[in-house]
Amino acid sequence: MNQKDIEKIAHLARLDVSEQECVSYAEDLSRILGLIEQMNAIATEHVAPMAQPETTALRFREDAVTMNGDPDRLLALAPACAHGLYLVPRVIE
Amino acid sequence: MSETLAELVRGLAAGQYSSVELVDASLGRIRRHADLNAFITVDEEAARAAAAAADQARAAGATGLLLGVPFAHKDIFCTAGMRTTCASRMLAGFVAPYDATVVARLRAHGAVTMGKTNMDEFAMGSSNETSYFGPVRNPWDRARVPGGSSGGSAAAVAAGLVPAATGTDTGGSIRQPAAFCGITGLKPSYGRVSRYGLIAFASSLDQAGPMARSAEDCAYVLAAMAGFDERDATASERPVDDYVGALSGDLAGLRIGVVREHFGAGLDGAIGSAILAALAEFERLGATLVDVSLPNSAASLPCYYVLAPAEASSNLARYDGVRYGYRATGYRDLEDMYKKTRGEGFGAEVKRRIMIGTYALSSGYYDAYYLKALKLRRLVADDFAAAFAQCDLIAGPTAPTTAFALGAKMDDPVSMYMNDIYTIPVNLAGLPALSMPAGFVGGLPVGLQLVGRYLDEARLLRAAHRYQQATDWHRRVPPLS
Repeated sequence: MNQKDIEKIAHLARLDVSEQECVSYAEDLSRILGLIEQMNAIATEHVAPMAQPETTALRFREDAVTMNGDPDRLLALAPACAHGLYLVPRVIE
Repeated sequence: MSETLAELVRGLAAGQYSSVELVDASLGRIRRHADLNAFITVDEEAARAAAAAADQARAAGATGLLLGVPFAHKDIFCTAGMRTTCASRMLAGFVAPYDATVVARLRAHGAVTMGKTNMDEFAMGSSNETSYFGPVRNPWDRARVPGGSSGGSAAAVAAGLVPAATGTDTGGSIRQPAAFCGITGLKPSYGRVSRYGLIAFASSLDQAGPMARSAEDCAYVLAAMAGFDERDATASERPVDDYVGALSGDLAGLRIGVVREHFGAGLDGAIGSAILAALAEFERLGATLVDVSLPNSAASLPCYYVLAPAEASSNLARYDGVRYGYRATGYRDLEDMYKKTRGEGFGAEVKRRIMIGTYALSSGYYDAYYLKALKLRRLVADDFAAAFAQCDLIAGPTAPTTAFALGAKMDDPVSMYMNDIYTIPVNLAGLPALSMPAGFVGGLPVGLQLVGRYLDEARLLRAAHRYQQATDWHRRVPPLS
């Protein structure tokens, strides 16, 4: 993995990474990928994938409101809000 | 405070001391040993008020499983009115608008919350060194790490600041720090304890559990934590066993599987000897040892380092600087705001894992990484199923070494990851497992791991309890003033 790869991945992950950090992340991620490559030592052609422990079947519930909305309390957590809305930089000119 | 939680429960019930007295003693120790950095937040006033309320309730005839017992929560559980940081700059000022189910249940059983314990940032780490609030120190040797990610909870219990605390375990984050600090920690089966209000790292692996001095203590805390929760879609609906009641009984007929692969290269030889001595004690107590094999065990580590980062990269996408948490200043536009917020809000290890996960899930790489890892996960789970056809529990070391020096592994993420080689397979399979003290090497605690069948926590706790009745490793406390 090189600096260019890191820049691309960091963009996909919406992470600001400095040029200097790119160098060390390229080294770290290469090492981690080296570990991950060890997966290839085991054949898995006829194995069914397992996404989570197979315990109980996922449940359905009524499509109903279960929490009391409290917009003021939730908005109070936001870095910037006004008039009951979250504020973000302008996206439409 | 060297008493176990179970002893404090009985002492409170017998009127030997009040909750206010216990909470004051706990606050005194938290202050005196502040250099351990075990806590991120302590709320003295709220703890004293809750203790006074517990004493009043008891005087009025109330009995709660943990009524009046000082308790701490890993700072990954949401607590209404007390900040929840996940040891990250991203959430350094965050106060959740609700309680995690685990927090609510423990409070309903009478536990008094002293505060929130330090941890690796977003639970990503095995040494508690990735915390935005600084590393935790091991009470047995302050130059060493307490393990991670639940390092603050482990150090707080080991140093007697609180008798018990919650932890979470995605790849060993309860068991490895329990081993490094010489306490008992249980990772329950996936689905046994609600994840509602537990800040998500890797949702198919995360599980909350108790950390305390003894298996008996863990039985009390698990009894309060466990059970179905409709707000967690993966919570098990199966009835909860009587963990405290199940502690009594002997080990006659119990078959303990010893994993051949866990005694190979990579394990500190002195730890291997301590574990074998503990297994011999189990034989004296009536158990039978059988050799078992987990042939795909070695693939667990690479498999985990695809799956956990992949899930983390999705889960941590929510931190965007819009609805809550940190927001950077001086951005050009929305995308720049996201990037600067996340670049400044997350630490290096969290960023590494987000990038690995993003890469593994990106177009063109999915089959080679994510799908391959999902298939290996099944092989690892199948290995356990085959082993459990021959035995009732599986035993081995919790970690390949004792607690290492602060800073020793921070430059090499892969050598840090090797710490969890024996614990990770258990998370992949979703099984319950505990670590308990089983000796010392060079003055540092050694942890024995016991793994059980799915939802068989009662048998696991009984075996550990029986061992702790015959030994006193869990009674050893670090030499603190």
